[in-house]
Amino acid sequence: MHSFGYRANALLTFAITILAIMCAMASVSDNFNSLSPTSEVQVWNINWFRKKPDGDDEVSLTLNISANLESLFTWNTKQVFVFLAAEYGTPKNALNQVSLWDGIIPSKEHAKFSFHTTNKYRFIDQGSNLRGKNFNLTLHWHVMPKTGKMFADKIVMSGYRMLEAYR
Amino acid sequence: MDWQGQKLAEHLMQLLLACFAVVAFITGYVLGSFQMMILIYAAGVVLTSLLIVPNWPFFNRHSLNWLDPSEAEKHPKPHPAISGPKKNTTKK
Repeated sequence: MHSFGYRANALLTFAITILAIMCAMASVSDNFNSLSPTSEVQVWNINWFRKKPDGDDEVSLTLNISANLESLFTWNTKQVFVFLAAEYGTPKNALNQVSLWDGIIPSKEHAKFSFHTTNKYRFIDQGSNLRGKNFNLTLHWHVMPKTGKMFADKIVMSGYRMLEAYR
Repeated sequence: MDWQGQKLAEHLMQLLLACFAVVAFITGYVLGSFQMMILIYAAGVVLTSLLIVPNWPFFNRHSLNWLDPSEAEKHPKPHPAISGPKKNTTKK
């Protein structure tokens, strides 16, 4: 501590080490958060359902998505990335997950929502397996913290069935 | 700075930064604001640097007593022996 530069260096090093410890503690404090998200999705309408010229099925849906993800937000949350995926099995693939819609929730105020939308991304099968297919709609989310580890979870909603014939 | 001053500076730095960190974390957690925690801590770092980095007079209260020049002449510095390679068994 005998010179200007020595003291400035010691101070900065110590300050940044303590900052790292504070950020780690902030990240650990996230584990004490009790999560209780809810969501509900209804298939409002199946707009059209066809077989593409290359042989794959494609369907366009209008969905009513409503969810309350407020309990996911803590003081250490930067944003929550949420997406809705249709999940089903086919003879070719054990599990297909097709993302239909996604969004970014920047703060707790925006975390409770309910709206109608057509699927943001095309629902195309690898093959022609969608007629009469039972599928789940799963709401996935990724909670992105300000410091620390990102964690992801989901809610599975089942009981949806595709039309028996093309329209 | 003298020795006591350096010790004081080091202890002061550790104490101040630790206190500001604790206050900042608790305030941020209670208010639910990460930004508040960072701001309070940054203010603490600036305050601490103003207090210990410059060479304030209160760090120099126990100044070092250098040997008086007249006293130094009475104890001449020993001359190093100039002879060939030699093993030094005693360390200076």
